[in-house]
Amino acid sequence: MSESLFSKKNMKLIKDPLNDDNPITVQVLGICSALAITVKVETAFVMAISVLFVLIGANVIVSLLRKVIPSRIRIIVQLVIVASLVILVDQVLKAFVYDVSKQLSVFVGLIITNCIIMGRLEAFALGNKPGASFLDAVGNAFGYGIILIVVAFFRELFGSGTLTLPVVGKIEILTSLANNTGYEHNGLMILPPMALITVGIYIWIQRSRNRKLIEENH
Amino acid sequence: MEYFNIFVKGIFIENMIFAYFLGMCSYLAVSKTVTTANGLGLAVIFVLGVTVPINYLLENYVLKEGALSWLGEEYATMDLSFLSFIMFIAVIASTVQIVEMAVEKFAPALYGALGIFLPLIAVNCSILGGALFMQERQYANIGEASVFGLGSGVGWWLAIVAIAAIREKIKYSHVPGPLRGLGITFIICGLMGVAFMSFMGIEL
Repeated sequence: MSESLFSKKNMKLIKDPLNDDNPITVQVLGICSALAITVKVETAFVMAISVLFVLIGANVIVSLLRKVIPSRIRIIVQLVIVASLVILVDQVLKAFVYDVSKQLSVFVGLIITNCIIMGRLEAFALGNKPGASFLDAVGNAFGYGIILIVVAFFRELFGSGTLTLPVVGKIEILTSLANNTGYEHNGLMILPPMALITVGIYIWIQRSRNRKLIEENH
Repeated sequence: MEYFNIFVKGIFIENMIFAYFLGMCSYLAVSKTVTTANGLGLAVIFVLGVTVPINYLLENYVLKEGALSWLGEEYATMDLSFLSFIMFIAVIASTVQIVEMAVEKFAPALYGALGIFLPLIAVNCSILGGALFMQERQYANIGEASVFGLGSGVGWWLAIVAIAAIREKIKYSHVPGPLRGLGITFIICGLMGVAFMSFMGIEL
């Protein structure tokens, strides 16, 4: 008798990465891309979708092959699986959303070495059934996406006063304020260092609300 | 002069960590003490210095549009650049493997110091990032590409040793509970990035 899809154990696989076991703020995986492409909400969104696709694909494939892959060469096998999926994503982005693909530049390719993917493959897919791996991938990709979109939201809003949403397009929120009252956009927000500080503050808020995540020693 | 320019640019202005956040994961995970940070940093310099020129050759003689023309007329129009991700990562993974074996055989002491970090480097984004930036920026010759690889490596090493030294000291400070560990590291790193921004716009 197989357990139902929405059993407690499976829901935990999806829910944990959203907060208690978030890939970015708790497991410290996949930071590079999270910081670099959060200047606009749209690019963050596209990146989150790409990672969702690659992570689900890789997790399920590796989980299906987990009894066949010899453990000595598993890293290379995993890299090849991930790289093929990333090539697919890259070609699709170039064909359908060329502008976004240009903005993402090397970071689409860097999904290959995004540690979230290798981390989840090593920690989860190699030892679990495809179904559970699928849910784990969905949960982790969403946990990653949430941080990306939150960080991008604040950086774009305060950095350029707009929000570029997918489909809807660019919404100007603070620009009229800037024109009428002499309010200045904080140009530092769109520069690289503020991405780090924004994530730092996010971690601060998350850990003050969820005190069991606090690190005892440094 | 051109070489020196690329080298300095790689270290300070286009620093892998502070300008592009590449290799951030191992940067945060392995920067608790200066000795281990130093070991990983040296390994990164070495692997970047080796893989960027190899990937440069691969890019220019195999992958780029028209790169295969040395094989004959009929290959002159082939464009294999969609394969570049998989080729680059294969080169990196195998170089790391070879380097690991060579170091284990010929320099056991160094292997003891670097051993656990070498396999980690295969999935360090700064290595693949170096190859992809090399591809995007189209350096003129292999010399420039290798200098770029070395410069980026030195920049990464500098960044990780600096943050490790700060983290060793910050152990003795009263950091607010929820910010302890990861949070404060992020913020310090951001402040260091602001400092590195002052190099922007320097032309040599």
